[in-house]
Amino acid sequence: MSSTAVFTKASPLDALQNWLPKLVLVPSMLIVLVGFYGYIFWTFLLSFTNSRFMPSYKWVGLLQYERLWNNDRWWVASKNLLVFGGLFITISLAIGVLLAVLLDQRIRREGFIRTVYLYPMALSMIVTGTAWKWLLNPGLGIDKMLRDWGWEGFRFDWLVDPDRVVYCLVIAAVWQASGFVMALFLAGLRGVDQSIVRAAQIDGASLPSIYLRIILPSLRPVFFSALMILAHIAIKAFDLVAAMTAGGPGYASDLPAMFMYAHTFTRGQMGLGAASAILMLGAVMAIVVPYLYSELRNKRHD
Amino acid sequence: MTSLVGRKRLTFSRVAIYATLLVAVAMYLVPLVVMLLTSFKTPDDIRTGNLLSWPDVMTVIGWVKAWDAVGGYFWNSVKITVPAVIISTLLGALNGYVLAMWRFRGSQLFFGLLLFGCFLPFQVILLPASFTLGQLGLANTTPGLVLVHLVYGLAFTTLFFRNFYVSVPDALIRAARLDGAGFFTIFGRILLPMSIPTIMVCLIWQFTQIWNDFLFGVVFASGDTQPITVALNNLVNTSTGAKEYNVDMAAAMIAGLPTLVVYILAGKYFLRGLTAGAVKG
Repeated sequence: MSSTAVFTKASPLDALQNWLPKLVLVPSMLIVLVGFYGYIFWTFLLSFTNSRFMPSYKWVGLLQYERLWNNDRWWVASKNLLVFGGLFITISLAIGVLLAVLLDQRIRREGFIRTVYLYPMALSMIVTGTAWKWLLNPGLGIDKMLRDWGWEGFRFDWLVDPDRVVYCLVIAAVWQASGFVMALFLAGLRGVDQSIVRAAQIDGASLPSIYLRIILPSLRPVFFSALMILAHIAIKAFDLVAAMTAGGPGYASDLPAMFMYAHTFTRGQMGLGAASAILMLGAVMAIVVPYLYSELRNKRHD
Repeated sequence: MTSLVGRKRLTFSRVAIYATLLVAVAMYLVPLVVMLLTSFKTPDDIRTGNLLSWPDVMTVIGWVKAWDAVGGYFWNSVKITVPAVIISTLLGALNGYVLAMWRFRGSQLFFGLLLFGCFLPFQVILLPASFTLGQLGLANTTPGLVLVHLVYGLAFTTLFFRNFYVSVPDALIRAARLDGAGFFTIFGRILLPMSIPTIMVCLIWQFTQIWNDFLFGVVFASGDTQPITVALNNLVNTSTGAKEYNVDMAAAMIAGLPTLVVYILAGKYFLRGLTAGAVKG
């Protein structure tokens, strides 16, 4: 009965209306299929070739990956990523959570303070890197300032110390992103059910233990989001290295993104660069896919 | 802490909280203050003073020289950013509208495939993208950079609008359709006017992303078409001649000011973009 009603309504105009939404999506579908997945596949192919300055399609199997495996600079870059990423994520999370909890205590001028904490996030990593390169300048930066202020024996030359230069990247990156973690957690804290907190207070729980035992554990989703975003920032970190150290001294502060750029676009090692890009994609996917999967699953349960 | 109603506010812990927060405020502000102070100093002053010493003589020579060095690239960034932001926002709005209101077989799959673009490490598309730009004759051109930003910004812009339109009641759309409103009428007359906050979020997000981009700029542009971030990096990291830190800092401020101003004027939308782009899947 109802189906006949639908049939009588159908007209060419309705047919067009039915096709319009799909038509509108066509350009974006092409972009996604070609520009995202097609290009990934293309890079994947290149990583199995001996391409140097120009793409060539001579198949060399896993040679480029083998070369990566045996490449000292790649190992330095990968280890740096672990050190940089680990420290950057841990410190940003710690500072962000601390500041969010403190800001949640009915603070006067909270809006102003929040604005200050978050502004570095609006800056380009190139600007951040330029600023911190100057602040950490051995001889003229913080190094000199603290000596001027009376700390005679103070030396701070990590920026040119191959063993410590990666910590300089951590300092700058934490400065840029920790305010963002604060904002994420503050938003989470504002969403916590106050009646649970009040009930715990009536039971005699102290404020720190309420935060540690009840509130922060309930913010686990925020924690995972922050973790994922920070990990993502770390893996993609390229501009910060370019501006602060250009990978130096030597290649002591190289990160995979910098390695990829240098080999692909300046050293004529396109195949090797493509292989390193594929490994970076693998690292991102190892973090993102489980996250997206759990997010979408939760959505379905709602 | 133990008091239930907490009237007596000025306890030791309150003081400690405020002290910590203020120290943090100082930490976040110091780099900006140092940049500003340095940018107004003379090179001699920079060598004799220190990061936080007040300039002996305030001079804008650093800013003048910096503008000479990067001013042209500043306008390049404007020419890249404005069209890319507007087009990607429009396209994102249309995509979000379809994905939320006109679902069809496969549209959810497409959304999932698109969403992954939010996390794509761009290194993995740089080579094919540069070949394609070369084929299109767009290598090292401003339209080429606009196109790249458009393509790789699409995931986020679609996400913003799709997540907003999903929250719009279906009944509204159904009523409009019964009244004979078509696909574009519903979009233009009903949905767009109510999406102003989402449009703001999207515009500001895209503006910040594209203005601050370095990777695409350094790979897909050269010489005269480079954006300001690349020009700044070249200026700061060239080793020829005596380093003029006042010029470096002034140039860094010039590169950072547009996004900083937008952040101060529309911080609410900036934050919402960050969290929406981040938390929701």
